[in-house]
Amino acid sequence: MKQLNYKILAFAVLLSSIVIAQQTPASKQTNAISIEGATAHLGNGEVIENSLIMFNNGKFTFVGSANTKIARQGKVMNATGKHLYPGFIAPNSTLGLVEVDAVRASNDADEVGAMNPHIRSLIAYNTESKIIESMRPNGVLMGQITPRGGRISGTSSIVQFDAWNWEDAAIKADDGIHLNWPNPFSRGRWWLGEPSMLKENKNYKKQIEELASYFAESKAYQASNKSPRHLPFEALQGVIEGSKKLYVHVDGERGITDAINFAKNTNIKHIVIVGGYEAHKVSSLLKQNNIPVLLQRVHSEPNNDDDDYDLPFKLANKLVNAGVLVGLENAGGMERMNARNLPFLAGTCAAYGLNKEQALSLITLNTAKILGIDNMVGSLEVGKDATLFISEGDALDMRTNKLEKAYIQGRDISLESHQTELYKRYSNKYKQQ
Amino acid sequence: MIKKTILLACLVLTINVFAQENVPKNDGVKTISSNYTVVTNAEIHVSPTQVIENGTMVIKDGKIVSIGNNVSIPKNAVVTDLSGKSVYPSFIDLYSTFGVEKPKRSGSNSRTPQYDAEREGHYWNDHIRAEQNAIDKFSYNTKEAEKLIAAGFGVVNTHIEDGIIRGTGTLVALNSEGSNANRILSTKSAQFLGTSKSATSRQSYPNSIMGSFALLRQVNMDAKWYQTGTAKEKDRSLEAFNANKNLVQIIEAGSKMNALRLDKIGDQFNTQYVFVGGGDEYEYIKEIKATNGSFILPVNFPDAYDMENPFLANSVDLADLREWNQKPHNPKILAENNVTFALSTYKLKDAKEFMPNLLKAIEAGLPKDKALAALTTIPAQILGKSNEIGSLQTGAYANFLVTSGDIFDKETTLFQNWVAGTKNELKPLNQKDIRGDYTFNLGNTDYELSIKGKIEKLKSQVKADNKTLGSKISFDEDWMNLTFSTVDTIKQEFIRLVANIENTSAFSGKAIFPNGNESTFFATKKTDSKAADDKNEKDDDDKEAGDDDKNEEKGEKSDKDAVANTDKLFPVTFPNMAYGFETLPKQETILFKNVTVWTNEKEGILKNTDVLIKDGKISKIGQNLSTNNAQVINGEGKHLTSGIIDEHAHIATSSVNESGHNSTAEVTQEDVINPEDISIYRNLAGGVTSIQILHGSANPIGGRSAVIKLKWGESADNLLYKDMPKFIKFALGENVKQSNWGDVETVRFPQTRMGVEQVYTDYFQRAKEYDAKKKSGQTYRKDVEMEVIAEILNKERFISCHSYVQSEINMLMKVAEKFDFNINTFTHILEGYKVADKMKAHGVGGSTFSDWWAYKYEVNDAIPFNAAIMHNAGVTVAINSDDSEMSRRLNQEAAKSVKYGNISEEEAWEFVTLNPAKLLHIDDRVGSIKVGKDADVVLWNDHPMSIYAKAEKTIIDGITYFDIDRDKKLREAIKKEKNELTTLMLQAKNKGLKTKPIEKKEKAHFHCDSEF
Repeated sequence: MKQLNYKILAFAVLLSSIVIAQQTPASKQTNAISIEGATAHLGNGEVIENSLIMFNNGKFTFVGSANTKIARQGKVMNATGKHLYPGFIAPNSTLGLVEVDAVRASNDADEVGAMNPHIRSLIAYNTESKIIESMRPNGVLMGQITPRGGRISGTSSIVQFDAWNWEDAAIKADDGIHLNWPNPFSRGRWWLGEPSMLKENKNYKKQIEELASYFAESKAYQASNKSPRHLPFEALQGVIEGSKKLYVHVDGERGITDAINFAKNTNIKHIVIVGGYEAHKVSSLLKQNNIPVLLQRVHSEPNNDDDDYDLPFKLANKLVNAGVLVGLENAGGMERMNARNLPFLAGTCAAYGLNKEQALSLITLNTAKILGIDNMVGSLEVGKDATLFISEGDALDMRTNKLEKAYIQGRDISLESHQTELYKRYSNKYKQQ
Repeated sequence: MIKKTILLACLVLTINVFAQENVPKNDGVKTISSNYTVVTNAEIHVSPTQVIENGTMVIKDGKIVSIGNNVSIPKNAVVTDLSGKSVYPSFIDLYSTFGVEKPKRSGSNSRTPQYDAEREGHYWNDHIRAEQNAIDKFSYNTKEAEKLIAAGFGVVNTHIEDGIIRGTGTLVALNSEGSNANRILSTKSAQFLGTSKSATSRQSYPNSIMGSFALLRQVNMDAKWYQTGTAKEKDRSLEAFNANKNLVQIIEAGSKMNALRLDKIGDQFNTQYVFVGGGDEYEYIKEIKATNGSFILPVNFPDAYDMENPFLANSVDLADLREWNQKPHNPKILAENNVTFALSTYKLKDAKEFMPNLLKAIEAGLPKDKALAALTTIPAQILGKSNEIGSLQTGAYANFLVTSGDIFDKETTLFQNWVAGTKNELKPLNQKDIRGDYTFNLGNTDYELSIKGKIEKLKSQVKADNKTLGSKISFDEDWMNLTFSTVDTIKQEFIRLVANIENTSAFSGKAIFPNGNESTFFATKKTDSKAADDKNEKDDDDKEAGDDDKNEEKGEKSDKDAVANTDKLFPVTFPNMAYGFETLPKQETILFKNVTVWTNEKEGILKNTDVLIKDGKISKIGQNLSTNNAQVINGEGKHLTSGIIDEHAHIATSSVNESGHNSTAEVTQEDVINPEDISIYRNLAGGVTSIQILHGSANPIGGRSAVIKLKWGESADNLLYKDMPKFIKFALGENVKQSNWGDVETVRFPQTRMGVEQVYTDYFQRAKEYDAKKKSGQTYRKDVEMEVIAEILNKERFISCHSYVQSEINMLMKVAEKFDFNINTFTHILEGYKVADKMKAHGVGGSTFSDWWAYKYEVNDAIPFNAAIMHNAGVTVAINSDDSEMSRRLNQEAAKSVKYGNISEEEAWEFVTLNPAKLLHIDDRVGSIKVGKDADVVLWNDHPMSIYAKAEKTIIDGITYFDIDRDKKLREAIKKEKNELTTLMLQAKNKGLKTKPIEKKEKAHFHCDSEF
């Protein structure tokens, strides 16, 4: 026991060393800023060459051409030759919930239990995470923080990446519930000596019935006098009323179809498919029902040997061309530190069929629409949050994604991080030698 | 019924034959028979190539005394007339576990790993069990024997199927009436080997196939050393291994790939193994033939998948669909290529599945004489027992089968299986053929009876008043029982007939009516019934296939399977899976015109330039080049680069880690290259041409590397670099001290970074002493591990060391310096930027990730600027993948160095081409576009480091292994072929054939932490 305590102590010491280097959040915008001359990629598909973008009190006040005869507000910056983008949004992310994968003490992503709609990611979101600050130099400025595990993982919240604490960070608290759809395939239990292959999941139907009954019970509870109180059912209220979204994590053609039917049968108004490896096979059904897709990590391998080698690269194009609203997510192994590569996922979608502005929408306006925050963020539009950045060049290409300035809600945020500090410290070490 | 018959036969024969001379008798008087047994008038197949018509065989004491068609029959002979019957030598199964119980799992439930052996006085590794003898565990299993006898087998070669070296096997005649005194034809018939561990011990090593191969090599060396008598202690395993050396060595390879791998080990020690195959040998037939080994083949041909559910069907890969069509062709293809093979019940659940499966192979084209040889003369010859078993010659055991005709005909009946002169009756020999149409009269009604079906399984049809009545017939030992419903079907009453049939043209018997009354009936055969019969039967069968399958027995179903999938052999491609080549691509002369060339040489990036590749080399670079017979490619707007080289890959391998010891220098990736990994193709599509397959990071001293070119379609050996530079993987940090392996993994040394230093110092010191002793000419025990580490000390082998934090990086450089050599490469090297100056001074290169971090505690200070800082400090820097997904985008990973640290594009490009070539010591051959270097080039549609770039052609040694246009065509071809095979499988199901549920194989996705 004593030894265990030492271990805990040791972890505590280690963890405290992790968090000391956080960048100080920027203070509220007090002066207006005008950026002139840049190529502005609005996020809605439009581009303004030689643009004029102005923002004040954290909101865009002007988005247009620099040729417009209008008074420049506040500090004027010349950004000729540079590119302007709305801040990128990383949906279905565990940023701030886990610091180091292999250190269990730093993991707060996955709660015990199968039906956890009441579990809220927001309160565990660690604004001081060193991983979060490393997002910003790549233009990833917002995220949907999502719990993992179980059948219903819990409730996500949308945050911005420059804040003192989770309350400050929240853009939209408790935006939706995340459901892991049962898999029509199941895996052999290798620990019982079964071959570790996928096969038909004999319990699939039963698992769906369990879900249906859970939702029916929950619905009945909403109509009751709610005594005694049932925390999980209360958490589902928004989804049942239609004020919150149900994010259904599902990949297969069969599963997606079943999930859509499930939503219809249970009268759930807003569902979002998360993952959607085979969504392209049911794109007309998705379009018909107006169901958007947060598409799985673009930089991944095809599931089957026979699949086109570039299948994951071109899935977005297939869906967009079929008229489905698509955003990109990045869940999977090493998802947190890799979330900063979100722009390059979009870049790959542009290499495989979409035009660059369409690709940009996948990580800006489309995602904002899917998450229900497009009235606040997602594009460079008057009235929206001034969450944007200036890049030396094309931000979807790694060679030219070089940020000079980034603003969240008009605040001039630091682009430094634990990593840039080490870079400077050691570059200087060798310069001095 | 069969059982009873055999039992009856046994009783009689036991009395006659098996009284032994020197055994006292207390239950009666001593009776020793000196009678002969004779079978005569048979078509005797002496061997697959020799037939005696109307032959006679004289048997005494279980052996053949004489055979021929002019043989005199002794007076004291019991003669069986086999007119119209055929006689064949009975079958031999060379790979069996008959009568030997599989050893039980070690009793301990502990999860703590065990590194030491459980035995004393034996080899240091419990999985080497050469001292085992199957005979010591053998117990004749009459029930199992019955099944094998019914399947035509007379002799099996059984063994203890457990461990890597399994000791001797025993050759057993399936003589259920005898005793082990006369069943055992050879107590030590062969030495058996395998690749998996013994169930009886929890000793960790080896926990990978790589480790099994290394161990097999080391045992051979140790045995040789033991023979010199210098060993100080007794080792019963090695003694037995040496004693078994001259026996036939049968090794369970289980797959074509393992057979090829094991053959190389055999060659090293002058041992020609007999391989137990996997049924997939046809896929690498050229290489299989080149082993010169004999094969023992399974006939467990796969059933069709049940493809009815399209969602599930989607997940079945082309390779798995093809297997169903192709595997029955395996024996035929081996026969065509003159590969010697025996056939076995290996992998079959039941011996009764043997013949139906074999018939599939014959239907697929395996010549019948080859099939018979594979079951008789070849297994006999492999064991060196041709005089005793496998053919019906004077002096051999009287092991033979009596059949109604051609033994490999579906319609043939196997009547008897004689083992050592003892008859096992399976079907009555003289079963009368009562099939035909008969009429009879009962009371006032005329009935028509027609008897159809197989002789062993008759079907009846009874008609009266133009009504067909429900009926059921059985016929056994000349007695017929027929039950049919009365004309008044509403009552559900039955009339029963019973008759002893002597004469099939007319017979009489007793009728029993529903009310219990009995009367006599008299049935007469219609005269023209035979011809009608044949026709009827045919119609009947066809109909049956269509609708009446539910009540069929499984055995009959698989009979019919033969028809379904052997008609057309789907092309076997290289490799035999999606995107394989129908014929291997050839080297070409190619002229790229007006392309932007990234030379990686002092010329830099050349615009509008021509590049000629010829004879696998870069032949010319310049303006306005022209040549005859070259394929000209317009490169306008495109970029030509040298191929990407991945310093750190775990693709194209069957096994990554051997973690059973803290040092495993004896294992090598060369042993386990897997040329059928789809990642090879996908990496080509990402412009990768060469990789180093590294061992994982499970131990401070890992295994040796394989440096290969991604020549999709070629065999494992052909992927390897010629004069391959020698590398070995070392590892530091959390993985080697097992930090993230769970709480039970805390017993292996080292558990701290402090211990890691001592592991190295210990091994280097011992290797130094070993090498000195070896060079001094003294006798020494050859130890592969020490040999390999001595190569490092002698600067003949290079270390690529998995590393993260600066303290340990510094430590390893200091240890190396103490032993007077340099570390070649630090791979991962995420804190390299903290000691870049020391690395530069030591002369070590850094092969790093572009931007990975935060997955373990030790990568907290990993920064994406690492490559830039090391590069700026003068270290040779590469960017690697350690991941089969990222490796196909290494061009993008290189581009990140432009973002993080402002490296110039040209230099960043060298991070994934020239620099890894330098680190791998292959930069004299690849890594830049320079006249004389290998033509390993990639044509890109855009700036190669742009996120928008795609590889259009990837060429290795002047051979185009990836072409984006060919890829498009292949996609269509794959779709078409899958549809064809799916349709065939659906048809198979509709025909009532057996299908199996879909189970998708999971692809292994290796990183250096992978525990295999």
